[in-house]
Amino acid sequence: MTLLSTPAVSIRDLRKSFGALEVLRGISLSAAEGQVISILGSSGSGKSTMLRCINMLETPDAGEIAIGGEVIALRKGRRGRTEPADRAQVDRIRSRVAMVFQSFNLWSHMTVLENVIEAPIHVQKRPRAECIEEAEALLAKVGIVDKRNHYPAHLSGGQQQRAAIARALAMKPKLMLFDEPTSALDPELVGEVLRVMRSLAEEGRTMLVVTHEMGFARDVSSRVVFLHKGMVEEDGPPGEVFIAPTSPRFRQFISEHH
Amino acid sequence: MSIFSLMSLGPDGWGLAMLAAAGVTLSVAACGFVIGSVIGAFVAWVKLSGGALARAAADAYTTVLRGIPDLLIIYLFYFGGSALLSSIAALFGPGGFVGVSGFAAGAAAIGIISGAYQSEVFRGAYTALSRGEIEAAKSVGMHRALLFRRIIAPQVLRYAIPGLGNVWQLALKESALVSVTGLVELLRQSAIGAGSTREPFSFYLAAAVLYLAITTVSSWGFRRAESYSMRGVRRT
Repeated sequence: MTLLSTPAVSIRDLRKSFGALEVLRGISLSAAEGQVISILGSSGSGKSTMLRCINMLETPDAGEIAIGGEVIALRKGRRGRTEPADRAQVDRIRSRVAMVFQSFNLWSHMTVLENVIEAPIHVQKRPRAECIEEAEALLAKVGIVDKRNHYPAHLSGGQQQRAAIARALAMKPKLMLFDEPTSALDPELVGEVLRVMRSLAEEGRTMLVVTHEMGFARDVSSRVVFLHKGMVEEDGPPGEVFIAPTSPRFRQFISEHH
Repeated sequence: MSIFSLMSLGPDGWGLAMLAAAGVTLSVAACGFVIGSVIGAFVAWVKLSGGALARAAADAYTTVLRGIPDLLIIYLFYFGGSALLSSIAALFGPGGFVGVSGFAAGAAAIGIISGAYQSEVFRGAYTALSRGEIEAAKSVGMHRALLFRRIIAPQVLRYAIPGLGNVWQLALKESALVSVTGLVELLRQSAIGAGSTREPFSFYLAAAVLYLAITTVSSWGFRRAESYSMRGVRRT
């Protein structure tokens, strides 16, 4: 028996509706430290919404989210809608949970280097010189240190996404969320981003990756979760679920994505 | 008398007086513009995130201020302000008419007119912001004030600069209307000079040159600011 440590993130009975549309219908999921979980599902399955609930970009209607054991406090606000009870807590948790977006979302009025050092300096209040040094090392790691003084608009999509990953890493996050990081990229640029993500997985970082890249899910992730209509339909190591899926819907999904 | 000797900077010329008046024009327009920026930013914020009642009030403000003549607003400020001051003075003893300063009334009137236009400029600029970039700022844990200062304000300003340049030119020209309050700005000074020398054309021509000089320099400045703020934007 191994002693169970606190999970990096644990989600219990998460529910979320947009108007009459019930997107999440009771999702429970927990990720141990160092796990790389690929979250698969067809569009509308709720996978992005679930990811966005973890750092409170969406506020869940019900359920509980804990990051590193700390439960995010929610309360009923006006008109019965839930809202974060403590904004400072949400900001603190967000600074430990980094997110990489489908459309990169680099700040367009800042250079690549300025993007990477922004939050370490202004949110984490670390010394500027130290932040710059670390940022340059991170940019070298993702292979775009020569672009550090360029503005995002002058970079290719793949370079922008690698810069966004460097920006996320600069926060020294305990957990990284990837929301379809390669879906907006031209096919020939997907590989360079996936290579960076694979190297992060090999470092033992805890990652939740919403993706359509079946190769990444199978070869890189330690666990695959398949969502269907706002519920977890399949959950297990890729070696098991891809070879012997228990859910017929997941079996169909696999056959459609080959 | 030639226009050059008339406008000489020596003791017999009107040059210094005209330059000083141009300075007054610039100051009253600049004060009005800055007041307008404060009002405009506040009204834009109300329009974007206020409740229904506050939004209606903000809409009414822009509709009314953009819908009535600027000269009328200056009269309302000058005579309204003076009436208010006179009645306050009357409380403390027998007083007559107390006038507000033409500069203050003018700057306030330009400010409140300019604010109506600027609120629309700021609102438009805000709606041009990328929601994704704001989400990215939230996702790294920026609190509201930091998000505003580091991400929203610089980007709003970037999109607002061309519109603000136009509003500034309007403010500059509105300042000529403030001459009705007796403030000796450029137009009023020209009228005084024209009256006492009987050379109206020379004076108004000189005024036109000075107005043009101010607008030319300021539009160059706005162009510089625009190209600086657009340095990260790909031109298509």
